[in-house]
Amino acid sequence: MRKTRFATALLAGTCLAISGAMLPAMADEPEGVDPAEVPEDRTVINWWFGLTGQLGETTMEMVDTFNNSQDEYFVVASYRGDYAETMNATVAAFRADRHPEMVQIYEVGTQTMMRSGVIYPVHELMADMGYEVDWDSYVQPVLGYYLTPDGDLLSMPFNSSTPIFYGNLDLMAEGGIDELPQTWDEVGEAAAALRDAGVECPFTTGWQSWVHLENYSAWHDIPFATQDNGYAGLDAEVVFNETQTADHIARLADWAQDGRFVYQGRGGDAHGAFMGGQCALYTNSSAYFGSINRDAEFAWTASELPHEAGQEPQNSIIGGATIWVLQGHDEEAYQGVAAFLDFVASTDNQAWWHQTTGYVPITVAAYERTLEEGYYEEHPAQEIALTQLTKNEPTANSRGIRLGNFVQIRDIINEELENIWSGAKSAEDGLNDAASRANEQLRRYEAQQ
Amino acid sequence: MLKRVLFRNRWLPYALLFPQLLITLFFFIWPASQALVQSFYATDPFGLSSRFVGFAEYTRLLADPLYHNAVLRTLVFTFFTTSLALAAGLFLAVYADRVIRGQNTYRTLLIWPYAVAPAVAGVLWLFLFHPTYGALALVIRQTGVNWNPLLNGTHAMTLVIVASAWKQVSYNFVFFLAGLQAIPRSLIEAAAIDGASTFRRFWTIVFPLLSPTLFFLIVINVVYSFFETFGVIHAVTRGGPGGATTILVYKVYADGFVGLDIGSSAAQSVILMALVIGLTMFQFRYLERRVQYN
Repeated sequence: MRKTRFATALLAGTCLAISGAMLPAMADEPEGVDPAEVPEDRTVINWWFGLTGQLGETTMEMVDTFNNSQDEYFVVASYRGDYAETMNATVAAFRADRHPEMVQIYEVGTQTMMRSGVIYPVHELMADMGYEVDWDSYVQPVLGYYLTPDGDLLSMPFNSSTPIFYGNLDLMAEGGIDELPQTWDEVGEAAAALRDAGVECPFTTGWQSWVHLENYSAWHDIPFATQDNGYAGLDAEVVFNETQTADHIARLADWAQDGRFVYQGRGGDAHGAFMGGQCALYTNSSAYFGSINRDAEFAWTASELPHEAGQEPQNSIIGGATIWVLQGHDEEAYQGVAAFLDFVASTDNQAWWHQTTGYVPITVAAYERTLEEGYYEEHPAQEIALTQLTKNEPTANSRGIRLGNFVQIRDIINEELENIWSGAKSAEDGLNDAASRANEQLRRYEAQQ
Repeated sequence: MLKRVLFRNRWLPYALLFPQLLITLFFFIWPASQALVQSFYATDPFGLSSRFVGFAEYTRLLADPLYHNAVLRTLVFTFFTTSLALAAGLFLAVYADRVIRGQNTYRTLLIWPYAVAPAVAGVLWLFLFHPTYGALALVIRQTGVNWNPLLNGTHAMTLVIVASAWKQVSYNFVFFLAGLQAIPRSLIEAAAIDGASTFRRFWTIVFPLLSPTLFFLIVINVVYSFFETFGVIHAVTRGGPGGATTILVYKVYADGFVGLDIGSSAAQSVILMALVIGLTMFQFRYLERRVQYN
């Protein structure tokens, strides 16, 4: 009996501990710069980010450029896992009072960050450190996502993209289609032709909630949630199950059943299938431009997102991440942060960043520079994201989406969309369930504030 | 087969246990108690404000049909993963025990998967069974089954069960093999002389003598299925499609680590712990009775 009790106690301890240990972040040693390499006479500024692959390399290159451009500050950029892991590491580090000066946070974390009470708003920081920034010279649809109701900027836009429409020209030719369709009805016809011609995956998408619910709503100037998509108040409720967006999802559900739309998984998973030459038509982030441009082994094209026949598109909304500045550091460090952010926004850096990655430039000047250099004549696909974002003055429906527990809401939408695509639920039931579950998360968030 | 060691010095055994106890205290007991405390508070992610909410998180979870489904799903997942891993481990051990030539090669190869990290194992299985580019998925599809773990919950669950069990087969194999080798040959030979068939020898002699090993492995495998399969699920399905593979530990991760809903996540950890303690106690109470240690 003693043995039994001991074993039970041990197991109990282990189980609770394993689950308990999930909470504090598994903070690894930062990757990147060896402390010995940091010049002694410089003020060190830490920046945690969450980009990998080509995007991660480009980010490190940008930091090197900054470090070599002056001799007062030294930015140590460290990769902290994907966006969710980076945010979690930041939370854990803040609780332990070991947080960095700057951190890159994804757009769905915006509400959490802005209401966290731990940030140093970028507009204040720049003013306090003596930088006069002409915020009007920024690309407004990018900035708008991160403004307070008073129009003050909270975090520095860094990597912003928007979904666009890609096509594999080689596959499209098999169905006798030589250019991307412009309306959703035409997409349906084209996908049917492709399917009938034997194309395995006529149409697919990455980031299904972002592209087909959030951006579809903005693109057609209809609300995703009440209270101006959450910008006007915490008591917002999602309404995508009651709008034209629901019809769009029902149509995609039909396509999923008849083989026109082939689901390839969550997040950006569909990119593998597109790059592998299986999918002909594909909606996903403009940030995949860098990868497609470099690695596609087929002729491809890109265009603006499809829209409904008879409706003029409004503008699309961004995704990606921004740089947040955290409280609790000294003035000297913040001087360095301001210098770095000033460098990030500089025309040279922005034009280079835009052309290397596929993210949109955050200033009008960087866009104009790229235009003047004739870059878009060679890479017309790179201009699509910008023309889409700036198509019209953003409305309350197309400015962005600001909801609490947005991470959970995206997950709920993913789950219910999968139930819809598989036929386990009708589009109507699936969206109603998604909406009621999302609203429950919103009420929960509101109650915690 | 139970061994007893007597220490002359009263303090020596405690001194020897001390480092392990210290590690347990810092890495298990302390975080576990934190989770317990957190489950009674509504806290913002950064921990600046926190409000006592009593059992509110628990009542919310226990009233949530989706949570009930997750509990049920976890039990189903655990049952199949454990059964499959144990059966395969035992089967392989029995046969590896009989092999005369190349024993070491077989054993090494069978132990190999244990060295593979769960996430890597998950990626391997996904590569084989992904509906678009999986080599084995293609084979399955040719048999007429519309194999699609990206949308079909049953397919997804099958895939994560098999992948999780595969990871654990090696561990079970090692213990079963050691257990088999500890069985005196004379017993089996005597039975053989008495005319007992291979099948009968296994079930009346080998299997009962293996029961301590089996019992130990059941406990370990259940705990493994509950917690350590996280890596496989994260790599293969991320809990999808439609939540079909969201077992409790994955939900703790999704709500706490990604969603930063610390109160609910902590309450879920505590419920998870209670569930595993309950299961383990049940096993000790009812299964261990049937174990023959001598």
